Formats: sequence, C-alpha cells, structure tokens
Amino acid sequence: MRAFSYERVSSIEAAARAAATTDGAKFIAGGTNLLDLMKLEIETPTHLVDVNGLGLDSIEATPEGGLRIGALVRNTDLAADERVRRDYALLSRALLAGASGQLRNRATTAGNLLQRTRCPYFYDTNQPCNKRQPGSGCSALAGFSRQLAVVGVSDACIASHPSDMAVAMRALDAVVETVRADGTKRSIPIADLHRLPGDTPHVEHVLERGELITAVVLPKPAGGEQIYRKVRDRASYAFALVSVGAVVHPDGTGRVAVGGIAPKPWRDEAAEKELANGAKAVAAKLLAGARPTEQNAFKLTLVERALSAVLVEAKG
Amino acid sequence: MRFDTPAATNPIDQGKVIGKPIPRIDGPLKTTGKAIYAYEWHDPNTRYAYGYIVGSAIAKGRIRSMDVAAARTAPGVIAVVTSDGVGELKKGKYNTAKLFGGTEIQHYHQAIAVVVAETFEEARAAAALVKVDYAEEKGAFDLTAAKDSAIEPEGGGDSGAGDFDAAFEAAPVKLDQVYTTPDQSHAMMEPHASIAAWNGDDLTVWTSSQMIDWWRTDLATTLGIDKDKVHLMSPFIGGGFGVKLFLRADAVLAALAAREAKRPVKVALPRPFLMNNTTHRPATIQRIRIGAGRDGKITAIAHESWSGDLPGGGPEVAVQQTRLLYAGANRMTAMRLATLDLPEGNAMRAPGEAPGMMALEIAIDEMAERLGLDPVEFRIINDTQVDPENPERPFSHRNLVGCLRTGAERFGWQERSKQPGARREGNWLIGMGVAAAFRNNLVLNSGARVRLDREGVVTVETDMTDIGTGSYTIIAQTAAEMLGVPIEKVAVSLGDSRFPVSSGSGGQFGGNCSTAGVYAACAKLREAVAQKLGFNRTDDLVFADGEVRSGDRRMPLAQAAGDEGLVAEDLIEFGDLTKTHQQSTFGAHFVEVAVDVATGETRIRRMLAVCAAGRILNPITARSQVIGAMTMGVGGALTEELVVDKKRGFFVNHDLAAYEVPVHADIPHQEVVFLDETDPMSSPMKAKGIAELGICGVAAAVANAIYNATGIRVREYPITLDKLIEELPEIS
Amino acid sequence: MQSPGALEISRRDLLAASAATVTVASAHSLGHAQTKATTAPQSTKVTFTVNGEGRELQLDNRTTLLDALREHLHLTGTKKGCDHGQCGACTVLIDGRRVNACLTLAVMHEGDSITTLEGLGQPENLHPMQAAFVKHDGFQCGYCTPGQICSSVAMLEEIKANIPSHVTVDLTAPAEITPAEIRERMSGNICRCGAYSNIVEAITEVAGRKA
Repeated sequence: MRAFSYERVSSIEAAARAAATTDGAKFIAGGTNLLDLMKLEIETPTHLVDVNGLGLDSIEATPEGGLRIGALVRNTDLAADERVRRDYALLSRALLAGASGQLRNRATTAGNLLQRTRCPYFYDTNQPCNKRQPGSGCSALAGFSRQLAVVGVSDACIASHPSDMAVAMRALDAVVETVRADGTKRSIPIADLHRLPGDTPHVEHVLERGELITAVVLPKPAGGEQIYRKVRDRASYAFALVSVGAVVHPDGTGRVAVGGIAPKPWRDEAAEKELANGAKAVAAKLLAGARPTEQNAFKLTLVERALSAVLVEAKG
Repeated sequence: MRFDTPAATNPIDQGKVIGKPIPRIDGPLKTTGKAIYAYEWHDPNTRYAYGYIVGSAIAKGRIRSMDVAAARTAPGVIAVVTSDGVGELKKGKYNTAKLFGGTEIQHYHQAIAVVVAETFEEARAAAALVKVDYAEEKGAFDLTAAKDSAIEPEGGGDSGAGDFDAAFEAAPVKLDQVYTTPDQSHAMMEPHASIAAWNGDDLTVWTSSQMIDWWRTDLATTLGIDKDKVHLMSPFIGGGFGVKLFLRADAVLAALAAREAKRPVKVALPRPFLMNNTTHRPATIQRIRIGAGRDGKITAIAHESWSGDLPGGGPEVAVQQTRLLYAGANRMTAMRLATLDLPEGNAMRAPGEAPGMMALEIAIDEMAERLGLDPVEFRIINDTQVDPENPERPFSHRNLVGCLRTGAERFGWQERSKQPGARREGNWLIGMGVAAAFRNNLVLNSGARVRLDREGVVTVETDMTDIGTGSYTIIAQTAAEMLGVPIEKVAVSLGDSRFPVSSGSGGQFGGNCSTAGVYAACAKLREAVAQKLGFNRTDDLVFADGEVRSGDRRMPLAQAAGDEGLVAEDLIEFGDLTKTHQQSTFGAHFVEVAVDVATGETRIRRMLAVCAAGRILNPITARSQVIGAMTMGVGGALTEELVVDKKRGFFVNHDLAAYEVPVHADIPHQEVVFLDETDPMSSPMKAKGIAELGICGVAAAVANAIYNATGIRVREYPITLDKLIEELPEIS
Repeated sequence: MQSPGALEISRRDLLAASAATVTVASAHSLGHAQTKATTAPQSTKVTFTVNGEGRELQLDNRTTLLDALREHLHLTGTKKGCDHGQCGACTVLIDGRRVNACLTLAVMHEGDSITTLEGLGQPENLHPMQAAFVKHDGFQCGYCTPGQICSSVAMLEEIKANIPSHVTVDLTAPAEITPAEIRERMSGNICRCGAYSNIVEAITEVAGRKA
C-alpha cells in the first residue's frame, strides 16, 4: 500500500473540493473494497478523503412516495429498514445475499454500487489486465473465466460486476444523486451509471473526478412479488455465478435484472415484454449477443433455469 | 521403550482419565486470545523489524537482475535481502522446491526477496518497489497434456497379485472408468509466520510448524549452520493440514533478514501468496477397473493414478488404499509421475487416501449398481481380514463391516431410494450416499520428558505440536492416567526444540505416537518413583489418587520428588509390528444431499461418520477431528479446486474469496460414532489415528448422494453445478 | 466512492514480450504509476477506546485497525487470517457492531469504542460465549476462534435488533434464532478446522440461556 495523506471532511462541498483539487485523491467510506485493493496496489490513491462524517446515513420518504437512501447508509441498515423490507423486498433480499454480516455492517450504499470486479487477473498485479493496466491485455479471455461475464463484454475485458445490491437497484429503477466538484448536482438513472468495457475497461462509470454520490433514490414501490435468487457454489459468503432480481405482478408482467453475467447489472426492457412467454423467451432476449467462453457458457442455461424457478416461485 | 510385541494390560486400560470427554485444557487460552501464535511473540524491550516477501512474477525461468535501489531508499527500510544476492542456499531434506536463494525460478510466487523496514506498512510498500528482470522459460503446467510423458516414480510403486488382466477379461460384470481430482489447498487459517532473532551465532525462531525437528534440521541446513545453534518454538499453530510439515520460506526469510538487519524480524506470508508459494495437494487422473462375479465378489481390481510435481518431487499416492481395502485375488496398482512446473505438490490431510478414496469409492458405488447390489452390502461382501496382496499378513484389527452396518442403521439407509432421481421435496432432489473410510495407521518414534515436583505437579515436555488436534489435552490425560493424578495436576509444554524430539503432527500419527512417547517417559518415571519411595515389588504397584500403593503400603507420590524433583525421559521406539500386521483405520461415511432441481446447487442435509480406529483417547477432541475432516471433505466434493492457468503456470484463485472452502451455511449438524475397540498392535496406548480417516471417502459419499438424487454421475471433482445443469430435469 | 480520474495508466512497455523470454516488473509494480507526492502528513493522531480503556495513537495512515490492535497495542487476540475481508478472523466490535478489522483504517475510528476478544472475558472469568465454545469444543487450532466468538456475540444482538438475514423466511416478521439463521449469519467466519457443527451448538446454548 502506497503512502497517502488523510483528511476527514464534514461538508459535502469540502469533500468534493478536496477530491477534485488533490492529485490522486479518493473518497473512502466503508473502505471494504478500496482498502482490499490498496493493499495489493491495484488502487494507489495518494490522498484519502474520509466522508464518514458527512451524515448521509438516513433513509427518508420522498414526496413522490419513494425513498431517498443516503450514500452512507450501511448495507445492514438498508436491508433491515422496515420500509425497505415491506415495499422493496427485492432490495433487502439482494443486500442480505451479499458478503457477510461484518462486511454489510461497514459497506455503504454508494460504495456497493462502485465496487470493482472480482476477476482474479484484476487482483493479481503480475498478470496482464486491461482494466488495471490499460493495454496490457486480458488474461481471462484464454484463462480462468468461469465466474466472468457473458454479455456486455468486449475483446478487452470480460470482467463481471460483483454487486448484488446493484441488481436490485437496477430492477427497481433507482436514481443516483451526486454532487460535482463545482457544487452542481445531478441525477443519474442507475441504468446509465455503469459503462460497458469497450476499449476502455478501466473506465467503469460516468462519474467525474471528485463527483460524490450523496444518495440513491427509489421511486414509489413497484409492488408485485419481489424475488432475489442468487446462485453460487458455496451456500453463503460467495459471489454470484448468476443472480436474478425480479418483480412479478399478478398479471404476469414485471421486471427482471440479472447479476453475475455482465460488467454491470443487466436488464433489458425488451426481454421483460416476453415474461408472459416464459423464462426461455426472456432469457433469449436478455442474453442476445452473448459471448461466453468455454468455461462460463453454462451461465446461459443457468440464467434461464434460475429465472424459470423465480417465475414459478412468483406464482406461489 | 521398544514396542515390538503387542501391548498387554497396562495402566492406560484403567480408563480413569484416558477415554474421558475432557474439554481441551488449552480452551480457556484459545477462547480469550491468550494463546500466543508465531507472529505474536512480543518482548516490550525488543524493537522488532518487519519483513515483507517479494515473490516471483513468473512460473519458470531465471532472474537476470534485480533492481532494489528504490526499495532500499524507501522510507523506513532497513535491509533488502535478495535471492540473487544471497546466492545458492542448500535445500532442506524435506523440500522439493528451494525456498530461497539463487537465480533459478521454479514456480510462481517463489520467494525472491524480503524487504525489512521499521513498520509493516513501510516494508509492504517498499517490497512493491523491487523490480526484477526475468528470463522466462516455457514450462509444463497441464497434467492432462503431460500424462503420456509420466514415468514410474523413483522407488517404483507398482504392485500386484494374481493375474489382473485375465481375471478382468473373464469377469461377467465390469467397470472401467476415469476419475479426476483437482489441485487443492490446505488453506489453514493462520498464514505461515516466523520471528527470528540472532544472539551471536545462536538463532531463535518462533514459528508455526507441525514438525519441530524437521524444521530445525532443514533450517540449519539451509542457513549452513550447526543444528545446535537453532532454537525453534511453536507452541500454538493455527492449523496446518500438512502445509506446515516442512520448513517454509517465512522462517528462512526471517532468519536471513534478521541477520542482515541485526534485529529480530517478523515475517508472515500474505494470504494471496500462500497457494503458490507453499505446497498443495496435487491433482490426479485415476483409472479404476473392477471385475466381479454375479455373486458380487470382486475377482479383479486395478487402480492407476497419474499426478505431477516439480523435478525431484513425488507422486500423489492415490492408489494406496486400493491395495488393502477390498478382497480380490487378481489385482494391480500403478502410479505415474509427470514433471510439472507448478508449485510443489506435497502432503495435505490424508495424502494418497484422500484423493484415492474420492475415486475408488465412486467406482465401488458404480459397480454395486451394475451388480444390482446395495452399495453397503457390496462393500461387506468384499471385506478382507488380511492384506489381499499378501494373505499371510493379517490386519491388526479391522472392523469396516461394523462401521458400515452401524452407520446404515443409524442413518436410516433403508429409506434411500434405489432408483436415482426418484425422491423430490419441493424444488430439491434428495439423495443418499455412502462410502467406506480408510487410512493407514503410521507410527513414528516419539520422545518425552516428565518431571514431578514436590507439590505433586507433573510437567510433560516434548517437541510435539498441537495444530488443533488436541495434543495438549490427550498428553495431559496420558500423564494423569499413568501417574494417578488428576488432570489439573498436569502441565504440558509443547513445540520447543529444547524438548525431546517427538513424532510431531502429521499423517494422523501424532495422537497415538506422542502419547505413547509420554507413556514411555511416565513408565520410566514410575520406576524412579518406586525406587525413591523404597518399593521393592513393582508388579503390583498402583499409582492412584496422588499415591503409590503396593500391598498394604501407600506413599504420597509427591514425596518421591523431594526438593529437586524427579525427572524421566524416554522414547517410544516402534519395532516390526507394522510389518507383520497391516495397521489401518476404518470407517463409513453417510451423506444426504439436496440438489436444487433448477440450478444444480448441492447442499448437504445430513452427515454421519462411523469410525473404528483403536482406542479413542478423548471423544471430544477425536470427534472434532472427524467433523473437521468431514467438513474439508465436503469442500473437496463441492467447491475446492486450485485452478491452473495453463499458459502462465500458476494457481489463479489464490485467496480465500476465490478458493472456496466450506462456510457455516454449507455444513449441517454432523454425527460421529466411534466403535468401541482397542488395537494392541499399534502402541501401548492401543490407539490409532483418526484425524485423516475422517476425510477419506467423504467426497465420494457426497458424489454418490448426488448421483442418487439426480441420476447424474460426475467423475470430475469438484462437483459444481455446471457439471449437472445440462442433465437436470426440465422445469417450467 | 471512487472517481475514474484517479485511475492511472502505467507504462505498457513493461510487458513487451518476445517468444522465449519476457521482462516484467516484479510483484505489485505493474500497477505502479507516477503520482505527484503530496506534502500532507502521512500519519494521523487517533483517539479511541479499546475494551473500555482510552487509547491515543499517532499512526501511519495505512495502519489498519487490525494492525493497530496487534502491532501497536499488542492485543493479539484479534487474528490476521487473510487481511482482505475473506475469512473473518479479525472480527471485532465497533460500537457493538461486528466488523472486519483488516478492512478499515485505524485513523477512521476517532472516538469509537472498540471491543476485542480480550474485552469479553479472561481465562478465569469467561464470557458465556467463551465458556460455551470450550464446552462444545467449538474450535480446534483456535486461530479463527476470536473472530467466531466476537461475531457470535454481535450476531445474537443483531437478531435481537430484528435485523433479517438471507435465510429469514418472512422479512416482515421478527427474526428468529434457528440453526439455519445462525449458520447463515456466521458464514463470514471461516473455520478451516471445520468446527462449525460444534460452534452452532455453542451459540445455540448461549442464545437459549439468554432467551
């Protein structure tokens, strides 16, 4: 881990300013992903801006009937919130399927959205990785890729996004609120937050330098049966091979977002129109253009079957 | 004390302390953070420096040059010791790959430098500044590709009896299948760690070692110093499972770094280094052929295994159990060893039998099905009480049949559906599986010193280690039983090279052998006590309740100690009983699984092990060894695989997130039954090993249960859902 | 909460390869890039309480809470198993909540109240959870044990506070103490010796005594 300077900030403006004006600055909140990567010198900030003193840790009702979730609300608290459990069960379920009790106690809402891939080559600094070191090549393409993405990938990168929470947020049409270094605010629909790798897999989202996530807003409850099905090798404390987050209404319509298969939470509104035609039809659309490796081609079948099980469960 | 005739009745048979469910005597230390592990030794008057390892970035080749200028001038740096700088160091006897020294790279993450700094943070940062110019060479990393080049290992190893080929050819029912097991990692919780301190030519090392004397010898060899100059301490070890049997890089680096820095230095291997820097259980390809008559009697059995290792290494002896487990007049086994440039393959919990039983016990299940026999019955039909390759040589004691029958009854085996894929509960396909457990009982000489003081306190000293096995407790029980004192009066000191050399911990020999060594020392102390107290007769001596009794005479034990105390030291030396009699341990594993009909995820619902392994010295610690082994077996069945990058030549998933060992949620309540038995051929303790028996067969029982649940036979471990999903039933 | 601006591109020529030989930088250094050194101090004073005792430390910013406890305060009950949040051996309680001490910087805990295993009980005065672990043999090598015990104490409080888990059937009903709940909630604490079955029994006993 490289040496870095450290400051605690107590206002959002100060945080954004500090991050924008100091070379190599990064925000730190829960730190559960950032410190992991700093120890391996995959992340090498020279200055850390500790935003834990900013508040941003409450969950409030919005005038539109939704919830505004502070960026620093810990995963445990978000999952345990009465309103989330009642009206956004999908989100609660997704959070509880992720990591461990200890990690959920630290990890924040914003940090969870921005966590980085678990591709083993990204984690090993001796190995070529276009995401870690642009231009060095992708070791995973011809290497160990069982966990990695099958859709949204490029020749440069097949890393998958590891978040469970983000899958639920995607299905629930969450909107990310930020403050930029110049103090201006903006709202980014979650669908637009993450970028696909293309030729620049090291650029993972649309946030600008110094731009701070302040909240994630959920629209009014979607209703329906809300199910999060995470498929993994181990029964707990493991990243998803595939996960399905679904909202299914009594009339058979609904929404589906899938995790573990793409560089971002994967959702396709056109696929959802096929819900009445069953899992096969939905999966065919969702996975159109998939480019699996020999090692992760099973995910195509797995998505379809997991979705099928979710639809059966939703019917009750 | 020589042990070359079967044990007669002895004080251990009293069973006043031995065999009792006594909680671990080190429990209060371990549960309060007071047990001190290697990296934690702290003398407030010492300024420790921190060493951080640099590992090779390539799998095979040479170091052309190393640029350590930036590291040397980084903040806090005291010294940088490089592999090319120290030159060639002599390799220890027990290592295949060299741990440090020279310019040759034999495997990924091989240690090539250690950076010493005032703080851990500074050492770690500076280590990242070391730049290396490598000349990379092509290596062999793929066992399947190297299989045809594999040769008979040094020392041979092929075995046989009768005429396998003819008998197999003639057999009316046959099986010929190939099974594979992957490279596996010990993944113990405490990473390798050492603190080294020099005082002139004398070296003291606090480390995490299963075998004190092996480490001490090899460390002295590596450093080119006299063994007498090395003092090793390892009183608590955070797990080993074989990876701490042999000297490792942390101790070498700490010693070299401390010499260079002229200060005590602490070195721990970072977790992401462990899988490639140390050793692993090698992958195997195993071919098994079985022929049987329609009566279910095996007439021909063959087991061949291919594995790989670095030049100078050895094979994974996966055929070992097949020479002994089932009857059959015509048989053969063979092992072939390929050269691979992966990290060193070596012992991991039950080397040989663990992967061998993973394959053999699926094959037996398949064969039973072909014969239309219940797999429990098929195993019983083919039981043998003699070494099948050498029928004049009996087993010392063998109750495999008892294990199978007891287990079947306890587990409700009759509820198992004979038809695979027939039992469903909601979204779960339910199945039951069985496998035999088998592991040889090894014996190693073991010494101990026993001291009696005037308070009647007995202190045992031996370089034996407790890697979680319960050594502290069973050694205290042994001394208490032998000398007739309550266990509270026994103090046990372990893991120090100043103490008599013991068997150490490995190969499930530690429990039986180290207590037998303590038995020998206590027997000697009893003689000294008797003499001191003036007992003329020794044939009716009783040590009980803190007294020594003979006839009508009784004397307090403590009185024999006098002011100076009384000391006895002895060694148990094993004779030929393992040659005249085959000594093995036996068991049966029963498993019930549920397989998700949609996704193929397998979850374990019930587990039972029945073990026949001689006298159980302490049913609490013995049971823990077995449930722990069952847990590791579940990992081997379902998730554990070191994935080889066949291009770059390393294990890719080299941390605890990517190499998935079982977690709480994977493991149900586990049942263990010990059959009541003793084995007088094994030692005066009449005990045998248990810690490795517990893993042998577990994975196959899981595999067989998955087959029973789904009708899908997977012969490539681990049995992950991708190997099931295309054959699972349609869902809608 | 990272911004892409901080992602650096480093020299690709490090990987220039020919067929037979290749020159690469050693471990770690591939990710290196030149960054402007900051002049701000790289150590910070932090004050917190550990097991009820006030502590003040001037620490290298890089020091994790785990290393602050082990190397600076010599409270080595808290273990370093992986240093990457993958095993749970370093679990401590911060203001009553369990966290991985390896994945948080010590300087981020100004004013916090930290409880380690040493703060729960002593060999002669065991906490009920420590006593139950001894009784049920909920450990073998003992290295994951401090994390298991700290985690289980906090985990029972989480159930009491009605925090749900992955296996909670009804999210709108109060959380219950069942073996399945305990297993799921304890899954962030790996025990390679495989004492899980016994640990669950130890926790169940303590939970029953409390209920």
